Amino acid sequence: MDLQTITYLVVGASFALYIAIAIWARAGSTSEFYAAGGSVHPITNGMATAADWMSAASFISMAGLIANMGYGGGLFLMGWTGGYVLLAMLLAPYLRKFGKFTVPQFIGDRFYSKWAATVAVVCLLTASLTYIIGQMTGVGVAFSRFLGVSSDTGIYLGMGIVFMYAVFGGMKGITYTQVAQYIVLISAYIVPTIFISLQLTGNPLPQLGLGSDIIGVDTTLLSKLDMVVKDLGFDQYTTSLPGSTLNMFVYTLSLMIGTAGLPHVIMRFFTVPTVKDARSSAGWALVFIALLYTTAPAVGAMAKFNLHATVNSAVGLETGPMGHLNVNPEKIKANADLYAAEASLVYEKRPEWMKRWEKTGLLKFEDKNGDGRIQYYNDKTKNAEAKAKAEAAGWKGNELTVNPDIMVMANPEIALLPNWVIALVAAGGLAAALSTAAGLLMAISSAVSHDLIKGIFNPNISEKNELMAGKVSMAVAIVIAGYLGLNPPGFAAGTVALAFGIAASSLFPAIMMGIFSKKMNKEGAVAGMLAGLFVTLFYVFAHKGIFFIKGTDFVDLIGGPNSFFGITPEAFGAIGAVVNFIVAFAVDKVTKEPPEHIQHMVEAVRIPRGSKAVSGAH
Amino acid sequence: MEHNGKTYWATVLSLLTKILIIWFLVSFGAGILFAPALNSISLGGYPLGFWFAQQGSIYTFIVLIFYYAKKMGDIDRLFDVHEE
Repeated sequence: MDLQTITYLVVGASFALYIAIAIWARAGSTSEFYAAGGSVHPITNGMATAADWMSAASFISMAGLIANMGYGGGLFLMGWTGGYVLLAMLLAPYLRKFGKFTVPQFIGDRFYSKWAATVAVVCLLTASLTYIIGQMTGVGVAFSRFLGVSSDTGIYLGMGIVFMYAVFGGMKGITYTQVAQYIVLISAYIVPTIFISLQLTGNPLPQLGLGSDIIGVDTTLLSKLDMVVKDLGFDQYTTSLPGSTLNMFVYTLSLMIGTAGLPHVIMRFFTVPTVKDARSSAGWALVFIALLYTTAPAVGAMAKFNLHATVNSAVGLETGPMGHLNVNPEKIKANADLYAAEASLVYEKRPEWMKRWEKTGLLKFEDKNGDGRIQYYNDKTKNAEAKAKAEAAGWKGNELTVNPDIMVMANPEIALLPNWVIALVAAGGLAAALSTAAGLLMAISSAVSHDLIKGIFNPNISEKNELMAGKVSMAVAIVIAGYLGLNPPGFAAGTVALAFGIAASSLFPAIMMGIFSKKMNKEGAVAGMLAGLFVTLFYVFAHKGIFFIKGTDFVDLIGGPNSFFGITPEAFGAIGAVVNFIVAFAVDKVTKEPPEHIQHMVEAVRIPRGSKAVSGAH
Repeated sequence: MEHNGKTYWATVLSLLTKILIIWFLVSFGAGILFAPALNSISLGGYPLGFWFAQQGSIYTFIVLIFYYAKKMGDIDRLFDVHEE
């Protein structure tokens, strides 16, 4: 059977499974629609949270960015897992005890003000929309490869499917569907990596394989990779920094507190039965997430190694008897000249997978020196030695452009793995993109219909109209995100990082102060959220355009890119959060303290007892 | 009760502080600030700083959350504020 047929079969089977589950668990009342009736086991919830969490950014994009960034890619790994520690300890159990469905409800009640709730809705919508833009980029990659169309067409198709998917589901449908999606996506991620780890190192566990010696040689994979990329003018893989140590520090912190402030993740913890379960749910979620996150560094490094080896035979891999990419120990040991004329791959002899990805427009070849061979190196290098070698070899610039977002999807193809493995990865990529988009759309729909319309403008709205308003807001969100996804502000994981920055700077501080600072009042919280959101958006929009619309950026106005101590816009959320805290405490000092009953409420939220009575109120 | 409530909260905060210190040391410490220094040490073929940034901190985070959940259960029962 050819690859395309197998792909259709595997993807079709996985979709049939999700739809069957969604129909079987179809949501009824509004309360079930949003929070699945508060009756989900911590392990189930953990798996569903993991599926929800591991979006197109984690699954499709992250390992590709790690491949590009090397050591610095660790900021995604630490940032997106370390946040769970904060979430488990600082927020989840208390929000569960508080017993509301949504983040704006908590902020509105705790800060006894519809204004606070409205500002929280604005923050939530900004963060979630930005997040979905990143998802749509990933959806475009997954669908374009799956159907063999351009990535723009992939986005249009993806928009339609994501919408249908979210509208017919509801959270209960989604919880169990997401368990199925988790299983599909984690197998899709790990199976090919086990194959590749075996091919390169003989160790089936990617987590150990990445640290192992290359098969038949006593050189570690990482040191060989370091040598190859350095020789080709790239930064050394195991030490390359994203700008500076400061930027890496702040970036990691932004992702961590953003994780703990993202509404669609927090919402998960409203759906566990007890405070005790809320604490362990975050732990279980992290276990399931860590399976992918500890594999990702191996995916990144090995995909990069295989890619270099494919286009440059001097690296030391070759197509083995089974048709897979295999190690040639003698060649690895020889450390042959990467700049030798015959080492570069002849374009006409390129493998099938390159042709497939060329169709999507995400992989491009341009024969700059007209020799019919692919030269893949860093032509902007500051490494004088590499520069001299390239010039001596007659290389006229880098000829291969590989969008990092395709690395994971292309990973099994690069390693020339069997077709069913490639099909599995396509199914996993689609599952990842769809599950998170659906979860985010739920957060958006509840923010608009439940918090904004029912909570603030029209408390008497009927349940039917409330559901309708929710679905309309989902549709609007998809169209906006799809439109902006066509011209995304960055690679999928980078765009998603911006969303984390926004959540980090606006929602996380407000929720945290709501629990840990009894005296924090509404004036402080509202001023803090607005200040945090404003400075972050200002810095982000300066780089990426106002509301991410191309051509409206004003980076010169703030003194050039990354002008704030070299901090990139993706990393700025942590700075926004600091501004949020400072403004909140300053305003709180000069305004009157919250009423007595609010302070009692905060005390009650801090102890677990009575959690069942609280949830009974809904 | 009021006194008891205050001691409970103080106990919780001291547990959180301890965990957050470890959380900070493995990720921001070993994974970022001290990574260049740790890289001269090798752990199963990994440079140690690189390992903390891409593997080690994640494992530690999992342990921290389950440790927290267990300790909090103990504290809740000690102060008799656990769920019925």
